Amino acid sequence: MQTTISPIEIADWRQRMPQAFRQPLAVRLRRWALFACFAALFAWCLYDFGFSPERIVNGLARLGRVLSFMLPPHVWTEWDEIAAILEGLGETLSMAFLGTVLGAIAAFPQSFLGAKTINRLALLRFGVRRGFDIIRAFETLILALVFIRAFGLGPLAGVMAIAVSEVGVLAKLYAEAIENISNKPVEGVVASGGSRLQAIRFAMMPQVMPVLLSITLYNFESNVRSGTILGIVGAGGIGFLLSDRIGAYRWDEAWSIILLIIVMVYVIDALSAVIRTRFIGTMGTTR
Amino acid sequence: MTAAFADPPTSSAIADFERAFAAHRNRARLRIALVAMVFVTLFLMTADFANFFKVTQVTAADGSRAERWILLAGLPRLGEYLAKTIPALSWGTLGSDLATWFWRWKIWTWLLLETVLIAFMATVLGVAGGFLLSFPASRNLSPNRWVLTITRRCLEIARTVPELVFALIFVFCFGVGPMAGVLAIALHTCGSLGKLYSEANENLDMRPLEGVKSSGGSWADQIRYGAVPQVLPNIISYTLLRFEINVRSSSIIGYVGAGGLGQELRTAVSLQEYTDLSALFIIIFVSVFVIDWGSEKLRHRLIGLERT
Repeated sequence: MQTTISPIEIADWRQRMPQAFRQPLAVRLRRWALFACFAALFAWCLYDFGFSPERIVNGLARLGRVLSFMLPPHVWTEWDEIAAILEGLGETLSMAFLGTVLGAIAAFPQSFLGAKTINRLALLRFGVRRGFDIIRAFETLILALVFIRAFGLGPLAGVMAIAVSEVGVLAKLYAEAIENISNKPVEGVVASGGSRLQAIRFAMMPQVMPVLLSITLYNFESNVRSGTILGIVGAGGIGFLLSDRIGAYRWDEAWSIILLIIVMVYVIDALSAVIRTRFIGTMGTTR
Repeated sequence: MTAAFADPPTSSAIADFERAFAAHRNRARLRIALVAMVFVTLFLMTADFANFFKVTQVTAADGSRAERWILLAGLPRLGEYLAKTIPALSWGTLGSDLATWFWRWKIWTWLLLETVLIAFMATVLGVAGGFLLSFPASRNLSPNRWVLTITRRCLEIARTVPELVFALIFVFCFGVGPMAGVLAIALHTCGSLGKLYSEANENLDMRPLEGVKSSGGSWADQIRYGAVPQVLPNIISYTLLRFEINVRSSSIIGYVGAGGLGQELRTAVSLQEYTDLSALFIIIFVSVFVIDWGSEKLRHRLIGLERT
């Protein structure tokens, strides 16, 4: 069966509840003004940044030429070249691994100072928390630039840059994980005569450990991703080879390196997914 | 009380339990030891690979040369470097000291504006791309499996490749300047927002879409009237978060010549203008902080508005 609404009925409804058909004038005006502002700003950016059609067309033509080197990918035949690429990839992985581990080791004790449930001194906690924030404000790339000055060009600067920025990130995440645990096991330990330290060891640690491990694993993944660019400023890893190839306009090799980076990140993601479900997953269920 | 101990465990059952317990504990300990061994080996291997144990020559205070690990040799140098970035400020001449510290403030303000505008434009373009691609990339909305797989792979590649790499490529194609930066950050934004948006899409209530479909709506109609109103608050929230991230990345993307404050960073590093570095850092820090704070306020207001 079909019901139809006559125009008279529609007019009737429109009169009875005008808001359902049309927003009030002020709301509409505000919305239009907002959109106009956005569009104007965008247009000004287009003008100011020199987005001219011919520049876009030229750029796209160049991009097309550069992309045409993508397939078939360059395959290195000399062992020296293959070794260099593998070393670059290995360096990136090492940098990410070592940076994450060192950052985690440094962040772990500090996170207790930043956790509300353990550190009851509000002022100290506030100071520690802001410290984490300040470290996080430094971009890893900027840290790498600073560390290159101290340790010279090479992966060591990259490791230190990742480690320091990880302290800020991990300590904050760890502290939040520690704050989120259930208080009942702690009460149990205290009730059976345990000290604060024993409460932390036997009631808190078993609860937070799987969470901390999985956070660390996630950060390792993201560090593999961000570690690939540290070489662009000279801090070791595959990024150096990549920027070198792009600088020399050897696009076929550059594309192959990019492909390898993508493959490496995929493999790391898949592996850590396996570790997370196997290792941390079982730890999570047995707690 | 007696019921619980009516049938006391025999000594052999206790022995069985103890044996099983000991075996289990041994297995657990062995596993922990194995994991620890693998971990330590990996640690040492990667440490060696990353030049941790490389020895370098340093000149001591009395002029003699000594061999030290790079790490130990570098720490005092790091301290010196950081000390050099701290400008000489004194209360009496604070005004002129600050003026010397921020001596390029006119250029920096302009570049800061450019940085924020790069982030703005990249966010707008990236949001447009991510929004459009998020619908074919979400499992419940995608028209068919091929479209789903292809869009997902494209989004993955767009977010796996770092912005700086895109920037290197685009600087070659579109020339030095903010245009390359905008496109690079936009592409990366598109990849990560497309994923976040599609996850929001996958959580939506399908009934409004069925309603639109049953009254004769096409796929586009279902998206427009069924899906978008539901996911809009999520989208706004993700977008503003992304804007903050983009301000940060556009402040360094100039390092490879893609516009914004990063190019000043590069000149400061290569010309060894130490105090410039700290000044630039303070500028970036303050601007990111202001934007974080402002967009948080805006986000709360908008989400509040959306929910009422």
